Amino acid sequence: MFNASAIAIVLATFLVLYRAIKGPRMYDRALAVNVIGTKTVVILALIGFIYKRPHFLDIALVYALMNFIATFAILKYIERGRLD
Amino acid sequence: MNITTIITGIFLTMGCFFSVVAAIGVVRFPDFYSRMHPAGKNDTLGQTLILTGLIIYEGFSFISIKLLLIIIFIFIVNPTATHAIAKAAYLAGVKPWEKKGSK
Repeated sequence: MFNASAIAIVLATFLVLYRAIKGPRMYDRALAVNVIGTKTVVILALIGFIYKRPHFLDIALVYALMNFIATFAILKYIERGRLD
Repeated sequence: MNITTIITGIFLTMGCFFSVVAAIGVVRFPDFYSRMHPAGKNDTLGQTLILTGLIIYEGFSFISIKLLLIIIFIFIVNPTATHAIAKAAYLAGVKPWEKKGSK
């Protein structure tokens, strides 16, 4: 059950990856990266349940935090060309 | 196959359905602004259903509290990120798509 849903979400991530590669503008790519980040959080939680390792959920939480910050870093870099 | 596994299965299938549909939506929609709609859909609905299914499977323990924390966090944070992307794109002058004969 967990394996099937994990595989389904990985396949969905490949679809979004196609949009990330093809996206005509940088903002489509920023959006696709954001969606892939959320899907990775869900995949991490599922893998934590498949292998019976509860500490995967801490990794998923930290990944959700980083994904949020990464989106803002990408946007700031697109807008200003510099991050400092 | 007790009742909790069946309920978890239902939640997982619904969550995976929304996740896959959102991925298809992000690929197929014509314009950047219309693509944000399925992206938001996946962030809120897809992950919430799957993680709630995991909470039901787990019952009441520290792991469920961690899962609840992840759900609440993503529920609040991702719309903010999507809004920031939309605002940045709009200020940078990304024009919404119009149908050919509408002018």
